[in-house]
Formats: sequence, structure tokens, C-alpha cells
Amino acid sequence: MALMTTPNISDADGFYAALLAAHKGLSEAESHAMNARLVLVLANHIGDAAVLQQALALAREGA
Amino acid sequence: MPYDYKPFAYTSPPGLTGAEPRHKVAIVGAGPIGLAMAIELANHGVSAVVLDDNNVVSVGSRAICWSKRSLEILDRLGVGERSVTKGVTWKVGRTFHRETEVFNFDLLPEDGHKMPAFVNLQQYYVEEYLVERAQEVGTDLRWKNKVVAVDRHARHAVLTVQTPDGDYQLEADWVIACDGARSPIRAMLGLEFEGELFEERFLIADIRMQADFPSERLFWFEPSFHAGQSALLHKQPDAIYRIDLQLGWDSDPEQERLPERIIPRIQKVVGHGDFTLDWTSIYTFQCRRLRSFVHGPVLFAGDSAHVVSPFGARGGNGGLGDVDALGWRLAAVVKGERPASVLAGYDRERVFGTDENLLNSSRSTRFMSPGDGVERLFRDAVLHLASRADFARPMVNSGRLSKPCVYPLSAPDVAALPAGSRPGAVAPDAPLGQGWLTEALGRDFCLLVLGQEAPAGTGLRVLSPDVTDPLRQRYLGQAAAAAYLIRPDQVVAARWVNPDAAGIRAAVEAAWEGL
Repeated sequence: MALMTTPNISDADGFYAALLAAHKGLSEAESHAMNARLVLVLANHIGDAAVLQQALALAREGA
Repeated sequence: MPYDYKPFAYTSPPGLTGAEPRHKVAIVGAGPIGLAMAIELANHGVSAVVLDDNNVVSVGSRAICWSKRSLEILDRLGVGERSVTKGVTWKVGRTFHRETEVFNFDLLPEDGHKMPAFVNLQQYYVEEYLVERAQEVGTDLRWKNKVVAVDRHARHAVLTVQTPDGDYQLEADWVIACDGARSPIRAMLGLEFEGELFEERFLIADIRMQADFPSERLFWFEPSFHAGQSALLHKQPDAIYRIDLQLGWDSDPEQERLPERIIPRIQKVVGHGDFTLDWTSIYTFQCRRLRSFVHGPVLFAGDSAHVVSPFGARGGNGGLGDVDALGWRLAAVVKGERPASVLAGYDRERVFGTDENLLNSSRSTRFMSPGDGVERLFRDAVLHLASRADFARPMVNSGRLSKPCVYPLSAPDVAALPAGSRPGAVAPDAPLGQGWLTEALGRDFCLLVLGQEAPAGTGLRVLSPDVTDPLRQRYLGQAAAAAYLIRPDQVVAARWVNPDAAGIRAAVEAAWEGL
């Protein structure tokens, strides 16, 4: 299976606002920790190892 | 040629020499919203007096981006075609991160609308056209008439007005405060805005130069010519370009105001020094509104009622939305056709529309001017990904341009009909004979009937054009026939496939209440 890179969230602005709101009130370290948990939660939801490998590679690009 | 600011003639008002009869409506502020309001009321048979503390149009371009909906409203007021002819028409916006285009949008991908997606036109031109039109319809325009006090009574208000010849008192059943973001009327009533202030500063510069930038909205995140910050470029008529540059909260506004500071910044943007500064300003961001826009006999419209950060063109356009929702209702109240309680519909609808504008503006502002920490982290992550993965592009937020809101009306509806013309939405325009549907809708309630006979006994003006492709696409979809009840502000009030006169009459009654 290929990693989906086309838009898949119908209300991108709404999601982005919700993402920031979820971090509200956290310190920077707490936000990093929350992001790490979020990555693990979403990765488990995806499950497919090939997709996860492609996602890791895309996120790493240009780092 | 620089704009020629001709002062309007002050004449001594009658109230200085004897008490004036009580006015029906007094509008405070002859900006675009106050002037549009006066013309709209005149179109509905109500004459208003307009009081302005100044005697010239807006100094500086200020509001420049007029949306399709605003142009339709201006057209109804009699200055739409003139505005489009003079203005720069555009519909495409491009957003860059450094030198790479990461997102673009086309605001009007389909043909068959009288008005374009957007027109850039300096506020002073719009005001000039509106003043001329207001004079044509007989509006009592009083320049250098500054309201210094307002006394509210149960059914009217008394204004104390300062003029070069002294003070006088003016009584009006209704006062509409269109006196701008720093509204003195708001302060006199002791009302305060609620909402967010952002710690950010932008420089606005209008420059005059010969150039061939396309008629598009160009926005840059972190361009090489303005490192680490954002920049926006808009083309205006008369070879004027609007450039907005993010300065950051730690900038010194007094220093940044100086031409010797501004000119080198602009040189880096345009790549040369062959331009002149026409107007500059420094602004901060606010996304705030009054809790209510109706305060007894005093009504608020435009910036006096709500202010937004400017990147969605939601200030002036939002104000014209207020004019649209208020004019027909207030006119009916003044003429005794409806109780004053219908003004609550204005309040509900425009608070709803304003909140949509505030939501979009504050999201754009947060993206453009992220706080330290996680806001900056995600903003930079989106920009980083945007040149690599399509999904991140729609998350790049350089402003979501003004669209009319869809009022969430509970009204008769048929789900199978096209979503774009559902109740609460502005009736979509379409070609109609030699003209346009927006022109044919008129100033009262009307029934648009397609593919069937109109039911008898509604008492409404009926529009039953031949069904063309654009009308089918925008109003019928797969249905063979439909009837639309359209409000005086061209908002769809209700729609049916099998209309009956009793249902239509009930929908008219409900429409006065609105949301």
C-alpha cells in the first residue's frame, strides 16, 4: 500500500486549529511528549509497515 | 496621478437655528458602510441623515479587496459597475514559501456571474462613488458634523452634534453607528469589544510604480527579500501596489513609520528604487466584536461592531454584509410594516457571520504569526512539508478570502436541490436574458420559479425565467422543477419542489425573524 499524500482531511483549517488547541497550556517539553504520543497513536491506527516506512522517510526529508 | 482629495462642502445644519423634526434614521460615519447603509435605506424608501466628523474620503487606500458578494451589493446600490471598471479584477492567489509556490487558489472557477471574484479598489474611490450616489438619491449628508454625545431613550436617541458653527441636538428614532474601529459611539455607550488581540505588527505601504506584476494576490512566507517574516502584494488601479510586511512584535512602530526605514524594505521587495510612497501605515491585529450589535435605538454596523485582522478581506466586506442584513429589516420597521423585534434577526445573523469571519481571521493570524513553541513548530512543519506533499498545501494559511456566510436557517428545504443555493445562502447569480439574475431579484421578497407554474395567492413578485444550463446547475440539479423564496438581501429564505401558497406565506413571515 502506498502512503497517501493527497489531501484527505475535509476541513484542514479546523483540524489544524484543533491540533493547536489540544496543545494549549502545555510547556514545550510537555508538547513534545504529547506529539510523540500522538505519532504512536496514529502509527498504530495505520498499522501497515510499508506505509509507516514511507511516512518516516517523508517526514525525515530535508531535516 | 495621485488621488485628488476634494473636500466636500460643509453647510450649516438647520438644527443650529431651530429644532429639527425628529429624523427616522441617523447614520454616524460616512465611510463605505455608513454611505452604503444610507443608499440601501433610500432604496427601501427611507431617507437617512448621515453625520461625519470629517469632509474628505478615506485618506490612504485602506480597504482594497472587494469580494464578489460586496460587488453585488454595491451593484444594487448603483456603484458596482463603476467599481469593477475602475478596479483591478483578480481571482487567483498564490502563496510561496521562500521561492517555491506551495499553494494557490482560484476563487471563481465558473463563468456566468455578473461580478468577478474580487476587485481591488482603493477605499477612497468606493467612498467617492458612494457619496455621489447618496447625493443622487437625496441623502442628507452632513460633513464636519461630529457626534459628541448620545442619549438613549426608549424609542429614540438624541445626538449632540458639534459643527464649525456650534453645537446642536438631533433626534432620531434609530441611530446606526458606522463610525469605524475606534467608534466614538461605542465608547459613549460604554460598550467594549470581546475577543483576541495578537502581538504582531505589519507595515502597509502603497507604492506607485510601473511594473507588470500579474493581477493576482501574492503572499510569501519567509521570502529572501524579507527574511523570516511574511509579505503580501496586491495590485491596485493607478499603478499602485499594496505591500504588507510583517514586522514582529519587538519592532518599534515609531521607527518603522519613517520613510528612511520603509524605502529600503520596499526596495528589497521590488528589486529597485524606482517607486514613490503613496501611503503607509503600521497596524496590529485584533479579532474582536461587540457581544450584541443592537442596543435599544442604537445599532452597530461595520468596524464599529467588529474588527478582524486584514488577511481575509473580511473587514469592509463583513461590513457590507451587515448593510445587507440590516437595510430591509430596518426600513420595514421605520415604515411601520414590521415590529422592532425583527432587528433581533439582524443581530443574530450578523453575529453569526462575524464569528465566521473572526474564526477564519484568527486562524490565519495564528498561522502567519505563530506563538513560540508548538504553534511555531507546526507552522514550520506544514511549510516544510508543503513543497514535498500535496496534503500539507491546504494547511498553508495565508488568509482565507471573504465569502458570504450561509445562515443556518431552519426553513423549508429540499436536500436533493443544489447545496450552493440552500436556505441561508446568497442566491447564486446566473445570466438572465440580456442581464443577470442578481439584477432581476429586486428589492423585495421574490419567488424564483423554475420548470413549473407559480402557485397563486402568494402576493409575491414572481420571476419565472426559461431554465438555462446555469440556472439548472445552480437551482435544480437533477430536479425538474423548484421554487425559491428569496429575501430582499438576495439570501435564499426557503425552497420547494412542490410549493404551495400557504407554505410560502409562512416562510415569508419566518424570514423576517431570520436566524
